Amino acid sequence: MPLLRTQHSVLPGFTLSFALSVLFICLVILVPLSGLAIHVSQMSWAQYWGVITDPRSLASFRVTLLAAAGASGINAVVGLLLAWVITRYRFPGRRLMDALVDLPFALPTAVAGLTLSALFAANGWLGQWFEAVGISVAYTPLGIMIAMSFTSLPFVVRAVQPVLEDLTPDVEEAAATLGATPMATFTRVILAQLMPALLTGTALAFTRSLGEYGAVIFIAGNMPFETEILSLLVNIRLDEFDYAAASALASVILIASLVLLFGIQLVQSRLTRRWKGH
Amino acid sequence: MHERPRHWHQWFLIMAAFAAIAILLVMPLALIFTEAFSQGWAMVQQNLTNPDMLGAIKLTLIVTLITVPVNLLFGILLAWCVTRYEFRGRKLLSTLIDIPFAMSPVVAGLCYLVVYGAQSVVGNWFSGMGVQLMFALPGMVMVTVFVTCPYVARVLIPLMESQGQHEEEAAIILGASGWQAFLYVTLPKIRWALLYGVVLTNARAVGEFGAVSVVSGLIRGQTLTLPLLVQMWNQDYNTVGAFTAAGLLAAMALVTLLLKTVLEWATQHSSDNATEQKTEQDTP
Repeated sequence: MPLLRTQHSVLPGFTLSFALSVLFICLVILVPLSGLAIHVSQMSWAQYWGVITDPRSLASFRVTLLAAAGASGINAVVGLLLAWVITRYRFPGRRLMDALVDLPFALPTAVAGLTLSALFAANGWLGQWFEAVGISVAYTPLGIMIAMSFTSLPFVVRAVQPVLEDLTPDVEEAAATLGATPMATFTRVILAQLMPALLTGTALAFTRSLGEYGAVIFIAGNMPFETEILSLLVNIRLDEFDYAAASALASVILIASLVLLFGIQLVQSRLTRRWKGH
Repeated sequence: MHERPRHWHQWFLIMAAFAAIAILLVMPLALIFTEAFSQGWAMVQQNLTNPDMLGAIKLTLIVTLITVPVNLLFGILLAWCVTRYEFRGRKLLSTLIDIPFAMSPVVAGLCYLVVYGAQSVVGNWFSGMGVQLMFALPGMVMVTVFVTCPYVARVLIPLMESQGQHEEEAAIILGASGWQAFLYVTLPKIRWALLYGVVLTNARAVGEFGAVSVVSGLIRGQTLTLPLLVQMWNQDYNTVGAFTAAGLLAAMALVTLLLKTVLEWATQHSSDNATEQKTEQDTP
């Protein structure tokens, strides 16, 4: 395929690896995606708009967006704390802490959901303390937020950690010698350099939270208009054999997550180019 | 960079981090095993030998054993293609592979249902041949392949990019065939990363819930994988059973974490060695 190649390589196997990769990506990723797009395009605009602006759909948009935003906020703070402590200090249990951070990625989401709902139930290990001060967690939007923040916790930590490791201490020392308080050094010097990574991690966590299903449905209670997330509503429409409504709702999640994915990658490549000085 | 904490506020931060880890990660793990064993060992044994449980374990293994080799092969091909050649659309190819990471699993399941379901052209053709894709094993394998396809490629691409291709080129110039160059030069350099990719793919394939639940049809004794069984038994108020299935999956997750830590160390170690050797060669 000489037309595609912009530079010749002595290594053989371009045609084989390129053709098979493209074939796989088409069959596994692009065909199903375009199938959904075709399915949605067969609906009239009025039909589509009707499904999207249905009060129950609007309520599920609201619940999903608010819970995902809350979860990403929690993760930005907790993730930054964990990344900071793991990279900056030496203490017993540091390696274990580092390894455990990935637990939410390794633990199946259904297991996370089952466990969190038992943990935060009114008589659960943690839920009883919240109940004592009058806060219900399980089967409320708060529970959805906790489930989402559990499954997306590693994103912020793993995005911030490498940047934090590469920060050179001389900038901080310079700030301190010039009379900056520790707080000012942290916000003006360290946080400023961490911002791109922190935002990337938080955006990834937000994207994951928007689409989270397994962990949420166990703890949410799934009451229409109150604790029903968008992915669940898609599944309910499917069970009713209303494929049109399910596809329309799914297209909204899909567009949102694709825009987020490409947006994050665009911003990231811009930033790395700026860092490299091009 | 690592320092021993000296000030009280540093100790405070460490304590806060431990509290977060304990509440968010350790307590859930402890709860799973406490609940699973709450009715004693005999009950656990009874749950583990239940036909539904054995069926779910078998189905989960079948799905995983098909998915992992498929994605291993595809991951190597894609990583080889985008790191060894310069061509138009290279960036696009490595972006497209990230789509399954960003997509909601339920939406993924729905896409497959729309394209390969009985009402579709493709699904119709297959059912004419006597093969049912959706609400059966083929559909479950297909969505699992979709959900897990980025892992191997994502692990390999940065590593192979940083390793470069001079050694492969030398092998080719010295008369090796393409396969020999791959088997004897590339493969030894990427073996740990490859294994790491397999571990990640395996964990996700075993634990996938949303996408599989859409296309499985949830037929008892036939299309329930372990995560789906967790939900089914939980809905049946068989809490101990649900936590026993969850315990099996959590044990898999812990093994995954252990392997991941070891493999990350091995990958780093071998690439450190490679750069050391390189600098030794460069300085006469």
